[in-house]
Amino acid sequence: MLIPCPWCGDREDIEFKYGGSADVAYPRDADAVDDATWARFVFFRPNPKGQMTERWVHTAGCRRWFTLVRDTVTHQITTA
Amino acid sequence: MIAEAVRRSPLADYTDRFAALSTATDGALSIRELPFVSQVDLRADPKDSDLMQRLATAIGFALPIVPNTVTSREDRRALWLAPDEWLVVGPDGQQGAIERELRNGLNSAFGSIVDVSANRTVIEIRGGKARDLLAHCVPIDLDARVFSAGRCAQTLLVKAHVIIECRDESGLILYVRASLATYAADWLLDALTE
Repeated sequence: MLIPCPWCGDREDIEFKYGGSADVAYPRDADAVDDATWARFVFFRPNPKGQMTERWVHTAGCRRWFTLVRDTVTHQITTA
Repeated sequence: MIAEAVRRSPLADYTDRFAALSTATDGALSIRELPFVSQVDLRADPKDSDLMQRLATAIGFALPIVPNTVTSREDRRALWLAPDEWLVVGPDGQQGAIERELRNGLNSAFGSIVDVSANRTVIEIRGGKARDLLAHCVPIDLDARVFSAGRCAQTLLVKAHVIIECRDESGLILYVRASLATYAADWLLDALTE
């Protein structure tokens, strides 16, 4: 599978590491949130069948993080 | 008796094997280690055009801004490693001079300059079969039309992180971590048998 690095272009997937779901926002008022909200932030991630926005890092190349949209069924990648 | 300190390059033991290879292939392929190459890692903000200009003046040529390319002048070269990171390379013994020049260029700007000469050793692969040999071990496109002179890339040589630089049509330069140099050399020599 080729992954498009925004700097290096298309490279083999073995050069990359997966960083999980993108757009997981840190609670805005961290002191005020209850345990359930924390648990949701720390442990709960989307698991869609279809398009998912993800973080990837080009570990063996330029070591930059970037976001892309991958289809979890077909592995079709569209840049975010 | 005090033993004299002797420098040993990571692939010093492979000299004979590499030499035998050149003889065996009638010079169609030659591998040799270029030991003790000076390497200085530079990080600076590429968007600061004043700073880029100062650094260019300090080392005598502009740093590459296009990803995975190399700029050079005489025996100094600068390899693009990341949007804000470069590897400035020179002959043995110049690390101090390169570091001083870059430090003058950086002045008080935010950035970092680190002598990483001991981090990697350099392997030169030369000859018409150089690309075919490397293609056995790395996942990037090494075709001469794509990976031409003045290009570099960071990738994996099997499991070892390497920087590959294309110096000219038939010459590829491999920067390998010192501790993984024998691993890479063994792989290259093994890939030759195919």
